[in-house]
Amino acid sequence: MKTLLTNLKKRHDITASKLQRNNELFVTVPNNQAVSLVTYLRDHEGFSHLVILSAVDWLEEEVFQLTYLLNNPELKQDIGVRTLVDRNEPVMESIHHLWEHSATYQRELFEMFGISFPTSPRMEEPFILEGWDGPPPYRRDFDTLKYAEETYFPRPGRTTNDVAAYMKEKLYPEDDND
Amino acid sequence: MTEKKYPHHKVTGPDGAEFVVTPMEDYYCQERPQVQKSSNAVIEKFYNWARANSLWIVGFGTGCGAIEMRPLRTPRFDAYRYGVNWRATPRQSNLFIISGYLSVKTLKRVIRVYEQMQSPKYVLGLGSCTINGGMYWDSYNTIKRLDHYIPVDAYIPGCMPRPEALLDGFEELKKIIIAGEANGANLYAENFDWYKANQKKIIKNWDMPDYSW
Repeated sequence: MKTLLTNLKKRHDITASKLQRNNELFVTVPNNQAVSLVTYLRDHEGFSHLVILSAVDWLEEEVFQLTYLLNNPELKQDIGVRTLVDRNEPVMESIHHLWEHSATYQRELFEMFGISFPTSPRMEEPFILEGWDGPPPYRRDFDTLKYAEETYFPRPGRTTNDVAAYMKEKLYPEDDND
Repeated sequence: MTEKKYPHHKVTGPDGAEFVVTPMEDYYCQERPQVQKSSNAVIEKFYNWARANSLWIVGFGTGCGAIEMRPLRTPRFDAYRYGVNWRATPRQSNLFIISGYLSVKTLKRVIRVYEQMQSPKYVLGLGSCTINGGMYWDSYNTIKRLDHYIPVDAYIPGCMPRPEALLDGFEELKKIIIAGEANGANLYAENFDWYKANQKKIIKNWDMPDYSW
């Protein structure tokens, strides 16, 4: 994997890299180079399988982090290609021409995070959330608790216990506060 | 909305005659549900005894709790000895077990299935999720109170309840039915507007008939 990393560094601007395990590497590249890097990995390095395309919402940095996790079935290696997308204008190049099934991931990301992948097939169709008209629910500034309480008729009388305090009281009631 | 989803279309009959089918009018009943009252209390009592001993469950597992129904059909628990049976279609069932959490998407199907069941029909809420949301108390797409959307006769609390708890729930439901207190279908008909308002509040793409008989 180290030779692969040095090889990749010659071709792309790798801004960060981490060897997670002997057969798992994560690299971060600028937004506009991600698709070309993924294409290179697929066509020349044997990473023929897209395992997952997922996103993380870094609210404080105002970016979405996309991770393309690729797998090399022959060498049993994984590589995660990370890239940052501007949170205020979340548009990313589609990779459905490389792997057809990535269109499904991209639909999910559009619905859950609001990250748009123009040209990706069936992008605007509702996917998991039928008839959802609120903000994308996986964004961290979406307050699920507030939304749930306003929408779903909470039953009065429901209480929540602090787990540590509750178990201490149940199991060791004789112990006073230390 | 419905016009787009269920367009008019021409059908040719076996004798060659052509006629236009309007799905919303021809396939669905436009009537609201009616309250059904028995005129004879004695006969109603007998009926209720018979109904209590013949609980046929619609085979629709809505959440994780559906897995608790499988052991009931095995020799170990053998729910059939209590007159409990699973059916593949709502038309042949009179008991709907809401087995666990309900997302908004599933609720839509649940409402359609519930409305298609014949009266009298009963609903058992299985698991904490149907009572107050359970562990999905802060979820953005899981309902909290089932009884705001369809009438519920009894709840079985737990997360998840064991199959024995379900058997106990059947026994409780039998008592409720024999006492003549399981009037879910009538309640639904009486408070139809309230239930529909609650349902439509959260199901935003309401592309189905108001009542699907």
